[in-house]
Amino acid sequence: MTDIQYVAPSTLDEAVGAYAAAKGAARILAGGTDLLVQMRAGMVKPGLIVDIKKVAELSAIEKTPEGGFRIGAAVSGAVLEEHPTFGKVWPGVLEGLNLIGSTQVQGRASAGGNLCNGSPAADSIPGLVAAGAIATVQGPNGRRNIPVEQVPTGPGKTSLAPGEILVSFTLPPRPAHSSDAYLRMIPRTEMDIAVVGCAVSLTMDGDTCTAARVSLGAVAPTVLLVEDAAKALVLTKLDDASLDKAAAACSAACNPIDDKRGTIAYRTKVAGVLLKRTTAIAAERAKGG
Amino acid sequence: MATVSMTVNGKSVSGEVEPRTLLVQFIREQLHLTGTHVGCDTSQCGACVVHVNGDSVKSCTMLAVQADGSDVTTIEGLANGDTLHPMQEAFRDNHGLQCGFCTPGMVMSAVDLLKKNPKPSEGEIREWLEGNICRCTGYHNIVKAVQQAAQA
Ligand SMILES: Cc1cc2nc3c(=O)[nH]c(=O)nc-3n(C[C@H](O)[C@H](O)[C@H](O)COP(=O)(O)OP(=O)(O)OC[C@H]3O[C@@H](n4cnc5c(N)ncnc54)[C@H](O)[C@@H]3O)c2cc1C
Ligand code: FES
Ligand code: FES
Repeated sequence: MTDIQYVAPSTLDEAVGAYAAAKGAARILAGGTDLLVQMRAGMVKPGLIVDIKKVAELSAIEKTPEGGFRIGAAVSGAVLEEHPTFGKVWPGVLEGLNLIGSTQVQGRASAGGNLCNGSPAADSIPGLVAAGAIATVQGPNGRRNIPVEQVPTGPGKTSLAPGEILVSFTLPPRPAHSSDAYLRMIPRTEMDIAVVGCAVSLTMDGDTCTAARVSLGAVAPTVLLVEDAAKALVLTKLDDASLDKAAAACSAACNPIDDKRGTIAYRTKVAGVLLKRTTAIAAERAKGG
Repeated sequence: MATVSMTVNGKSVSGEVEPRTLLVQFIREQLHLTGTHVGCDTSQCGACVVHVNGDSVKSCTMLAVQADGSDVTTIEGLANGDTLHPMQEAFRDNHGLQCGFCTPGMVMSAVDLLKKNPKPSEGEIREWLEGNICRCTGYHNIVKAVQQAAQA
């Protein structure tokens, strides 16, 4: 058995330093709800574990000067749930994150871990993509910002360079009458993997949709931003014809796998159905706020 | 190897562990507190739930080194001598267990629920216990037990 080292630095620079120095042998530990399970299954065998939960910036939830939110990559769903205003502004982002696991898993699992684990079915990622969230990453060569949808590159793969750590997500300020929603289709009601996930973020002016972003999970090798679906919604009253068009765009964007949870035909159809249901919820919330 | 020290059920303990050692392994294999069970290897079943600094945690989802310096309560720490904790009493009164395998985790989760939400609805109890799997009872009597403990 190879020896494992564990470090829990209190600054990001130390964390990046230790992570980069270990080359490919190190793994970042946030909530551990993927990593520890994968280690036990022998799927990953890190030589060094870098625990990032002691780095303050990675556990912070802040308002940005522009009026948006910045969420540390290691913030758990349970902690985000307790924030006084976040869930009012971004109910869809919060419901995606808190669909992950059960009570105790929610107490540990982070959106950063959900993104870096790279599952196409990661439940918190469509919400962040629909929100237009920007991921900040830091590595040996400094910091950079990338849209969340550009982080996953395939199942279990991300565009993070060696030694780079995901630091935070920045969500933009919200115009009045904006809201979002996330729905997933799963065979059981809880504790299962999404067959399709759909997030919609909308801004409404009366009955007219003035801005939209749509994202799908579990229907392609990565979570998708579906721009054609958003275009079909913008400057409409979300009438049946527009919803049909947006649903068709969602189905067209699908490139899913066939497995025991759902066939290709099923996932493709459900993507359109979920788009309509999710849009209805987001619109209702947006009109209320 | 790393040295970890923590308070478990009110007593200071320490031990030498490999960094990969899970908190549940430390509790069971080094402290010999075998009331905390292991029912899966995927962090799904909840048999291993303990409290760390007052919050319920699946002790298979945490490394022992991460619990260094913390305050841990296991099922063995609930009763006061021969007097059962009200939640344990309620499980007994309501037939909230059959084989008992899930019970330590179920009780530790339920105790945390009542601390955070002293008067939960039936729905809230079922939702909170979503990560605790029981292969025997059908959950009904477990929910009744938690309701009784909430009255106590
Ligand atoms: C019982 C159970 C149920 C689950 N249900 C769901 C579900 O319904 N939906 C769902 O999407 N997922 C689910 N999961 C999977 C998992 O909980 C999520 O993917 C979770 O968001 C992972 O977050 P974490 O903080 O625990 O990540 P960790 O396990 O700590 O990390 C995950 C991966 O990302 C890397 N990483 C973490 N943070 C960073 C960072 N800041 N920078 C660079 N790399 C990083 C780690 O090295 C690791 O490879 C479930 C897991 C369990 C055990
Ligand atoms: S042993 Fe921890 S959840 Fe099953
Ligand atoms: S009583 Fe047997 S598993 Fe719950």
